[in-house]
Amino acid sequence: MKKQRIGTWSVIYSALIFAFLYAPIVVLIIFSFNESKSRGSWGGFSLKWYESLFRNSDIMDALYTTLSVAFIASLVAVVIGTAAAIGIYYSRKRFKSLMTNITYLPMLNPDIVTGISLLILFLFLGINLGYTSLLLAHITFDIPYVILSVMPKLNQLDKNLYEAALDLGATPLEAFFKVILPEISPGVFTGFILAFTMSIDDFVISFFTTGPGTSTLSVTIYSMARKGIKPEINALSTIMFVVILILLVVVNIRSAKDVKKDSHRGGGSFL
Amino acid sequence: MKKAYLTALPYAVYACIFIVAPLILIVVYSFTSSGGEFTLEHFQRFFNFDNPAYMLVLWRSVRTAFVSTVICLLIGYPMAYILSKISARLRSILAFLFVLPMWMNFLLRTYAWMTLLEKTGIINTLLGAMGLPALNIMYTEWAVVLGNVYNFLPFMILPIYTSLTKMDQSLIEAAQDLGANRRGVFFKVTFPLSLPGVISGISMTFMPAVTTFIISRLLGGGQNALIGDIIENQFKVVGDWGFGSALSVILMVLILLSMNIMRRYEAENAEGGVLL
Repeated sequence: MKKQRIGTWSVIYSALIFAFLYAPIVVLIIFSFNESKSRGSWGGFSLKWYESLFRNSDIMDALYTTLSVAFIASLVAVVIGTAAAIGIYYSRKRFKSLMTNITYLPMLNPDIVTGISLLILFLFLGINLGYTSLLLAHITFDIPYVILSVMPKLNQLDKNLYEAALDLGATPLEAFFKVILPEISPGVFTGFILAFTMSIDDFVISFFTTGPGTSTLSVTIYSMARKGIKPEINALSTIMFVVILILLVVVNIRSAKDVKKDSHRGGGSFL
Repeated sequence: MKKAYLTALPYAVYACIFIVAPLILIVVYSFTSSGGEFTLEHFQRFFNFDNPAYMLVLWRSVRTAFVSTVICLLIGYPMAYILSKISARLRSILAFLFVLPMWMNFLLRTYAWMTLLEKTGIINTLLGAMGLPALNIMYTEWAVVLGNVYNFLPFMILPIYTSLTKMDQSLIEAAQDLGANRRGVFFKVTFPLSLPGVISGISMTFMPAVTTFIISRLLGGGQNALIGDIIENQFKVVGDWGFGSALSVILMVLILLSMNIMRRYEAENAEGGVLL
């Protein structure tokens, strides 16, 4: 196919779209260095919000809750989800389609319905709203992401691989840990990252399933938004944004290198 | 592998308690009066044609979401098309730049729009400096639409972009060889082949836009409440769980129905593709 040259209009159009997408982020980052507390006016350059950020126990507690809930929930989701994916994959058709449909439910349902239904459940079961309920809710919406990341890897798997391992004398557990798991590990890893991201990013479900005294960053930001967001939050988001930017750039450069290596070896990458 | 399904049992139990039971509870609550008896009053309160206040809110939610989705499609399709045309290296960088904003808390990004849009905000200061009239869309339905478009545009662009890059390029060449001009190639070949991406883009934009309650709260002010705001209010402020559950059930049915229609349409399209 002939290579098309990118026209001037395409460049202008892309620039406009990116300006739209990045405008609020630029505003946030700039205002995190604002000397004045108001979000409307510029009072000069200052790092004071970065200093007071670490002394603000509300924000630090919320950050801790966000990260620990995301980490524990995605870890539990990876264990339950990977086991579930394998079980569903090897099970009979009817059970398979039933479980797949149930797995899709939380993804299709609006977050607000998931959040409310869990809220009702927790009060029905007499579970106090707080860290535990928050964790259970996050595990619930994390598992489907793990299952849906692991499933494609299982589908690519050679059906006879497991049997072969057994024939060669492996116990079922050995066959799983030494044969199946290494094959599907990229899917497991993707599932973990996806679940972790979803947990950190979630607001709606956390909002309904957390109680007084426990708050994630999103919930804290939401309650602040009514009175006015503290500039410390801008500072924190700037730090998080930069950290994620660096992480993603490193990961991308690495994977780009891997692709290069692969193509040198002649193993074409299908990505 | 007779016993392999056993490894799915923990999940099956978990899913019954935390996915299936809560949904059953919502339905039960929506048919239960405050006295604990069976009732239709919550649904009657919604489908009240003498005072259609709640139906109007649902209508406003659907309308806002529809407008937002159309704008996302109109803005997003050309962007996805441009992305699919550029070199692989530039493409991966741009795709990365598209996903990057999603890593910043979306409440904060939406909040930042308030700074930009306010009467004396940044946009109006810039417009004023250029001698242009001020833009006063804050706390209107258009501000909500803007918030939706801003938050959900990547969800529209990425699936369209994926279907455009996966497309069999030889079909386009064939069309060109057979004498189609650029417009003909686009409308008769490229666009129809990208429809699966368009459809998943539409559902990934429309669904969250219908049910949002934060964007409308922050940018729309009090008078542009959407169905999500009403539900949130029933649970967090009013405490009328029965009515809140009934509204959730209505919303759930609406979403699952439209997903079903979308999927059927997608399936038909796939068949059409096979026939081609």
